[in-house]
Amino acid sequence: MTAQATGTDILDVAREQVLERGVPLTHEQVVAVLRTDDDRLEDLLALAHEVRMRYQGPDVEVEGIVSLKTGGCPEDCHFCSQSGQFTSPVRSVWLNIPQLVRAAEQTAATGASEFCIVAAVRGPDERLMAQMREGVAAIKAAVDIEVAASLGMLTQEQVDDLADMGVHRYNHNLEAGRSYFPQVVTTHSFDERLDTCRMVKESGMELCCGGLVGMGETIEQRAELAVQLAELEPHEVPLNFLNPRPGTPFGDLEPMGSSDALRTIAAFRLALPRTILRYAGGRELTLGDLGTRDGLLGGINAVIVGNYLTTLGRDPKEDLALLDELQMPIKALNETL
Amino acid sequence: MDAPTPAGPVARPGEPAPWCGQCGEDLTEADHARCVRAAPLEPPRYCAHCRRRMVVQVIPGTWTATCSRHGSVEQPTWG
Repeated sequence: MTAQATGTDILDVAREQVLERGVPLTHEQVVAVLRTDDDRLEDLLALAHEVRMRYQGPDVEVEGIVSLKTGGCPEDCHFCSQSGQFTSPVRSVWLNIPQLVRAAEQTAATGASEFCIVAAVRGPDERLMAQMREGVAAIKAAVDIEVAASLGMLTQEQVDDLADMGVHRYNHNLEAGRSYFPQVVTTHSFDERLDTCRMVKESGMELCCGGLVGMGETIEQRAELAVQLAELEPHEVPLNFLNPRPGTPFGDLEPMGSSDALRTIAAFRLALPRTILRYAGGRELTLGDLGTRDGLLGGINAVIVGNYLTTLGRDPKEDLALLDELQMPIKALNETL
Repeated sequence: MDAPTPAGPVARPGEPAPWCGQCGEDLTEADHARCVRAAPLEPPRYCAHCRRRMVVQVIPGTWTATCSRHGSVEQPTWG
């Protein structure tokens, strides 16, 4: 029976179920949270923050990302400026090893413990795997930072190779809930994505798996993403807000409103009480400075600092000053080992 | 302080820079208010001098934009 059907307030239900017992919200309950009115938003964020503090603590994990191979991707993810199928102005380019090490150094200088190498590909070929082998070794020799990767769909052999290289976490997003996924990507299936996620988990690497919101999905489909992510039990969920890119099929969508974005953060926290929930792309556009603060007090406990793959981010000094002000220490490198 | 222009810092002083670095359109014709707003979060994609699409590489603290004709410019993202 639903909270609404029983006349029970969803925030009271969430407090008892998630905060007190650690049981994630169901799909129906996440929908109810996403439908709460703006005048309940403050209470909702406060509850999500309590859940985060109880199950994850005050630390914030800081990460930098870089695009090893930009543009020219054969896939048609409708939100992405790096697809070769759209008329996006992003041109194809590879980063060389010294540039990759420099990017890792810039990330480490912010105090970040994580550096994620990303490539715009369906899956890695031997050239990319060779570049990763050389790049990861060069970074580990020069920079004190954990290396993660996001290279698309993997074979079992590639999963094993990446683990052997010392890649400790692998990102592969679901992007959208299963029912909306065909409206977002047509060149591969939701199940193909799940296959890679499951192989990564079985390998012992940490799984980083999230998605995007604000792509035209319904509230029910947004809740579906949260619950399907929870079923996968990833180590980390990066939450992206659509930043409509020129030339892509979603390029004319309006950015999500800040209240919806904050409600989504809180709802994802209540669906994933024990998972790292990271601010990923689009927060500058959707939330701005004030919203960034509200999200950190509403369930977020990890951030990407600095620039993104093809767009620019906030000054890391501003993010770090905000964390200091909120008395949220940056998770130390040795705590991630 | 001068208002930011969407041509961005790629434009070389003393050379005509008629094209918008953000959208690639003529700076004197289209409305570029959106481009100006986008500039703090977007590296330029078009050469301000010749409108060629540039090769742009973004890393955590800097970006580099390269025009095959007018060369390469690297900028720190923040001051």
